[in-house]
Amino acid sequence: MSAFEAFMEGTIRTATPLAFAALGETVVERSGLINIGLEGAIIAGAFGGFVAAGFGGAWFGFAAAGISGIAVALVFAFFAVRLRADQIIAGTAISLLALGITATLNRLLFGSDSSTAGISTMETLPIPGLSSLPIIGRALFSQPPITYLLYLAIPATWWWMYRTHAGLGLRATGEDPRAAIVAGVPVNRLQYGAVLFGGFMGGIAGGTLVIAQAGSFAEGMSAGRGFIAVAIVVLGRWHPVGAAGAAVVFGAASALQYLFQAMGWSLPYQVFLALPYVLTLLVLASVTGRASAPAGLGKWGTTD
Amino acid sequence: MIEYVLLGDALVRATPLIIAGLAVAVAFRAGVLNIGAEGQLLVGAATSVAVSVSAAAIGIAVIPLALVAGAVAGALWAGIAAELRRRFHVLEIISTIMLNFIALHMVSFLVRGPLQEPSRIYPQTESLPLAAQLPIIAPGTRLHLGFLIAIAIACLLAWVFRSTAAGFRIRAVGSNRSAAASAGMINVDRTTYRVFLISGSLAGLAGAVEVSGVTFALYENISPGYGYTAIAVALIAGLKPTRVIASGIFFGILETGAGALQRDFGIPSSTALVTEALLILLAIGLASIRGRSTHPFSSR
Repeated sequence: MSAFEAFMEGTIRTATPLAFAALGETVVERSGLINIGLEGAIIAGAFGGFVAAGFGGAWFGFAAAGISGIAVALVFAFFAVRLRADQIIAGTAISLLALGITATLNRLLFGSDSSTAGISTMETLPIPGLSSLPIIGRALFSQPPITYLLYLAIPATWWWMYRTHAGLGLRATGEDPRAAIVAGVPVNRLQYGAVLFGGFMGGIAGGTLVIAQAGSFAEGMSAGRGFIAVAIVVLGRWHPVGAAGAAVVFGAASALQYLFQAMGWSLPYQVFLALPYVLTLLVLASVTGRASAPAGLGKWGTTD
Repeated sequence: MIEYVLLGDALVRATPLIIAGLAVAVAFRAGVLNIGAEGQLLVGAATSVAVSVSAAAIGIAVIPLALVAGAVAGALWAGIAAELRRRFHVLEIISTIMLNFIALHMVSFLVRGPLQEPSRIYPQTESLPLAAQLPIIAPGTRLHLGFLIAIAIACLLAWVFRSTAAGFRIRAVGSNRSAAASAGMINVDRTTYRVFLISGSLAGLAGAVEVSGVTFALYENISPGYGYTAIAVALIAGLKPTRVIASGIFFGILETGAGALQRDFGIPSSTALVTEALLILLAIGLASIRGRSTHPFSSR
């Protein structure tokens, strides 16, 4: 495999969980909420997926990952929608909660080190024909099946958001929840649904980390991906296709180390570990024209 | 006797929680959602160790120097987020969390590179000379001067909030930004910016106090998430500085107890994190239920 192919493959591999999480968070934010607890859904999905995949295989693992993410999101929905509590603080607390619960269960079930209890990772499934395309073929079409589901989820989310009545209601809610209520949009139901969908996608993102990539669970392995996904939503301008594109940008930044290695440039490895976070800051600082944010984002029950 | 030592340990544990809790409380009071106390604490700890080790020759005077250096470093680290908010309207909840991760990798780089102890066996810095270590204030325990520093800062902040113009500005900006701005007497952006720096300097000081009083060296896992627990400490205290002392001690006992449970009964210490998160949720849940009767569309 050439250095460039390794770079492309690394890009898609890193982008996949980010894109799942960001796609879900896009829907959440279009409903006018901001769920920082996405980090918690990811770590819950990673742990739930790890345990279930050990029992019933990869797909069973992904189902459990999605459900784990939904369970975490349900707590957020209760606080953000039912109680209209401060979303930022609720989200932060829920991330801590999920990180704490997964760490506790992990130590109870597997002792201090679960890497010994590894699972076999999901096999890659090269798509005949497409995977032999030059340059991009291998990176895009020689991936584990969950990645192909992501490819389907992106247009499906777009279609739901822009071509259905419920999607219109969702976007109206995000712009001005009170006006949406007056117009007869079931605001609370839509926001609940959006948050649960966001949790499901976050859970799948966590499941991808464990089931399709690492093969083991580590405490805190979500490593801020939930927060990075929130930045990706901004870079993707609250649009499903934009979010997927932005996730690829982040994947590329993380995969840069392969190109660096090939060119013989050496930097401390911590530089590459820190790069996605630095990139998040640069992206948020450079994305101008903030008018594309849902006008009602976070307004309901949050500071400011 | 054992209880005495355990209480000492709980107060030792409470010290960084109180100082970092004050950092979070000051910021939240002004509506600055600084989630970055963890990173600011790490940067403060790293800077403080670097100063302590390199200026050890000046003897006991190195202690105040190292503490101030830690505070300044924390302020500068928070300053990045403050600058990003002021110039580019970057949400500080995201920027400060990203800065936490960057600080974590920076510490990892420092303790495996430039600051690694001379024998280069362990990924940590060399130990602080005795002259750079905070004195013990309760014989037979590990309780150090940092605890009194934490109490003093809490009292100082309580006085600032209650009796000074700066404290009034912070409270005004926090309770209603647009009203504070239209009142004309308050420069909201400048107040926000300064609060960010003060918050960062306190978190940085928390890191400096921890290395000068407890660990005496910098290594990767120097903070078991003090900066995140500090959010719980501040919220449970209702963002009131004097109550931060009590809630910091409460969390210190909670975490020390969790550590003892793990040692003695094998109950994972991460249960403390779960308890903290549940307490935060309880606090904001109650706050929003109370706020509901007066503001139908807002929790505040």
